[in-house]
Amino acid sequence: MRHTISVLVENKFGVLARISTLFAARGFNIDSLAVGETEDSAISRMTIVVKGDDSVLEQVTKQLNKLVDVIKVNDFNGVEYVERGLALVKINAPKAVRAEIFKMAGIFRTRVVDIAQDSLTVEVTGGEDKIEAFIEAASSYGIKEVCRTGVVALSRGNKQ
Amino acid sequence: MSRKMTGAQILIESLLKENVEMVFGLPGGQALPIFDAIHGSKLNFILTRHEQAASHMADGYARSTGKPGVCIVTSGPGATNIVTGLATAYMDSVPMVAFTGQVSTSVIGQDAFQEADTTGITRPVTKHNFLVKDVKDLAKTIKEAFYIASTGRPGPVLVDIPVDVQRGVCEFVYPDKAEIRSYKPNYNGHPGQIKKAAEIINKSERPVLYIGMGVIVSAACDEILEISKKADIPVTNTLLAAGAYPYDSELSLNMLGMHGTYYANKAVQAADVIIAVGARFDDRCTGKVCDFAKKSKIIHIDIDPTAISKVVDIDIPVVGDAKTVLKEMVSLIDKKERKEWIEKIGVWKKEHPLSYEKNDDKIHPQYVIEKISELTKGEAIVTTEVGQHQMWAAQYYKPKAPRLFLSSGGLGTMGFGYPAGIGAKFANPDKEVVVIAGDGSFQMNMQEMAIAVLNGVNVKTVILNNQYLGNVRQWQEMFYGKRYSHTCLAKRKDCPPLCNTPDRDKCPVYVPDFVKWAESYSALGIRVTKKEDVEPAIKKILEADCPAVLDVWVEIEENIFPMVPAGASLDDIMVRMNG
Ligand SMILES: Cc1ncc(C[n+]2csc(CCOP(=O)(O)OP(=O)(O)O)c2C)c(N)n1
Ligand SMILES: [Mg+2]
Repeated sequence: MRHTISVLVENKFGVLARISTLFAARGFNIDSLAVGETEDSAISRMTIVVKGDDSVLEQVTKQLNKLVDVIKVNDFNGVEYVERGLALVKINAPKAVRAEIFKMAGIFRTRVVDIAQDSLTVEVTGGEDKIEAFIEAASSYGIKEVCRTGVVALSRGNKQ
Repeated sequence: MSRKMTGAQILIESLLKENVEMVFGLPGGQALPIFDAIHGSKLNFILTRHEQAASHMADGYARSTGKPGVCIVTSGPGATNIVTGLATAYMDSVPMVAFTGQVSTSVIGQDAFQEADTTGITRPVTKHNFLVKDVKDLAKTIKEAFYIASTGRPGPVLVDIPVDVQRGVCEFVYPDKAEIRSYKPNYNGHPGQIKKAAEIINKSERPVLYIGMGVIVSAACDEILEISKKADIPVTNTLLAAGAYPYDSELSLNMLGMHGTYYANKAVQAADVIIAVGARFDDRCTGKVCDFAKKSKIIHIDIDPTAISKVVDIDIPVVGDAKTVLKEMVSLIDKKERKEWIEKIGVWKKEHPLSYEKNDDKIHPQYVIEKISELTKGEAIVTTEVGQHQMWAAQYYKPKAPRLFLSSGGLGTMGFGYPAGIGAKFANPDKEVVVIAGDGSFQMNMQEMAIAVLNGVNVKTVILNNQYLGNVRQWQEMFYGKRYSHTCLAKRKDCPPLCNTPDRDKCPVYVPDFVKWAESYSALGIRVTKKEDVEPAIKKILEADCPAVLDVWVEIEENIFPMVPAGASLDDIMVRMNG
């Protein structure tokens, strides 16, 4: 099962290494990871997507909590939250199909951010489903390159 | 009133503020300012011959006192040499603070001379580590290091100090308290969970207490005794919890697991409730996990939340300090007799007590340990190396109190016992310290005899010399068709390559000669090859007013029993060969 967990950590040298060492050493797989400062510059938020059953998740959460530099761990499973990722997708776009691609980009509510001789680069933001659906749709034209960020997430409503 | 000091002086002053009684280590280029500051200071520094030994001495100091052990070494090779010591302490929850020199901050990352990524290398084997990049952070970091090492589930913490930080100057203010917002160990168990646990215990007919190192760390031995007596609950201990429960009580099951007693393993498998306290369900204890205590509900009291349901699914977890939780629990536990259960255990005890051949004139290693136990009345601190001798020590040495049996359990580090014994003796000069060593393991750190002799630290070492890496040989005998691949320590280049028929009269002379080794350090060395000489020789080394080594030529192919083969269920315990 897919879980999105949000980890508040001290914004210190080496913290990312601690987290990735922990995942590697305990045999947990990371699907994606995104890190950035929070409203408090001394604190960073890591959004980590992992797959595993409940017992794996329980261990992941507890092991993360045990790290001295980890302040708080939230598993978004079972709570209302918003999740967004971003992808840049470079699509084969000879003149003949360009208009079609623009139209598709519109339907997905994405933006074309670069136009070259025979390719277009589209910026897609959204949940993982949307990004995957767009990549799937674009693949019929031929995809040159994809670059994706990990997702970031926050719970809905008041601060947790 | 604060004073300006160099980073090196700040380190020394901070250690003195932490009441550090002694520090083990060895200098080098990137630690020169620290060693200069130590020179002539009040800090009691003990120079070892190998940094690994320094880390194990700090560990032995810590295990025997409960206070954090400290070592200081240089960068690069000094730091990599203590990795084994850190990992050993980490696995066994031993409080330790290690300081390493590091190349100057201006050249970190440039593969400078004796540079190693020390915090990177040690991250998975420490509870936490720090690289101090500014001398202004040093005092606070040291305070935090000691706080983290010795609170919650204790463990080793490393502080890496670049040489320019050692030389840097700032005001010295040692904080009174460490405040770390992301580190707040929880000592109090949840009252609801404690109540639930007590109810289940009260209803149980066949409960077993399974106690580990956590009981010793939190000094909860009295509470365990009280609960077990009040409710007639038999107690089994892990290797590390030896001495935490009276060895000879009717309720004592002694050690469980791979080389535990028949009755402890039987009781665990038959139990209807297991109360694990400060133990972590190591595979050496559980055997095949899916067959472990299948009929039982499991209560787990531990300060480390990650220990809970890591290996075995727990029915009632209680996260908290063992002593605090048990104190709450005692009053909720009904006074109760469990005659039937205790009688059943009595039958198992009679059926297969620990045993070995006593009626011949061979030197069985178990006999040697029984004699050590008798002659020291179980009041000596015993440290062990790793191997068969370690298991026999666990089976036959009867420590009268906690912190008298020190052994590398989790990591199983050969080379631990001798330096740990020296560290323990430094910490407890008035106690007898006996190192029970294997001939293989002893060779991994026997250079530390210099430290024992030079400091008048009169550690007594008994080598159970079977001329083999015996533990591995036993597995080769039992599971690899007696193919003794690279386990014979007497083997020379002209021996038959596939020899599996050792014979002291025909085998090449064993080297080193441990007696001469001892004598070369002006320590006492004695060799014993006859059973009747064992007891007088042990007496002699115990009485000796200097470090001493007793080289006992024991039966070569003696095996440890009982044994639960690796990966087998505790039900499949073998009490003798092919049985
Ligand atoms: C550093 C290290 N290397 C290898 C091992 C694997 N090992 C476990 S027991 C053992 C044999 C130990 O031999 P010895 O010290 O003579 O003890 P004995 O089993 O003969 O009593 C070995 C090699 C280990 N535990 N630690
Ligand atoms: Mg041996």
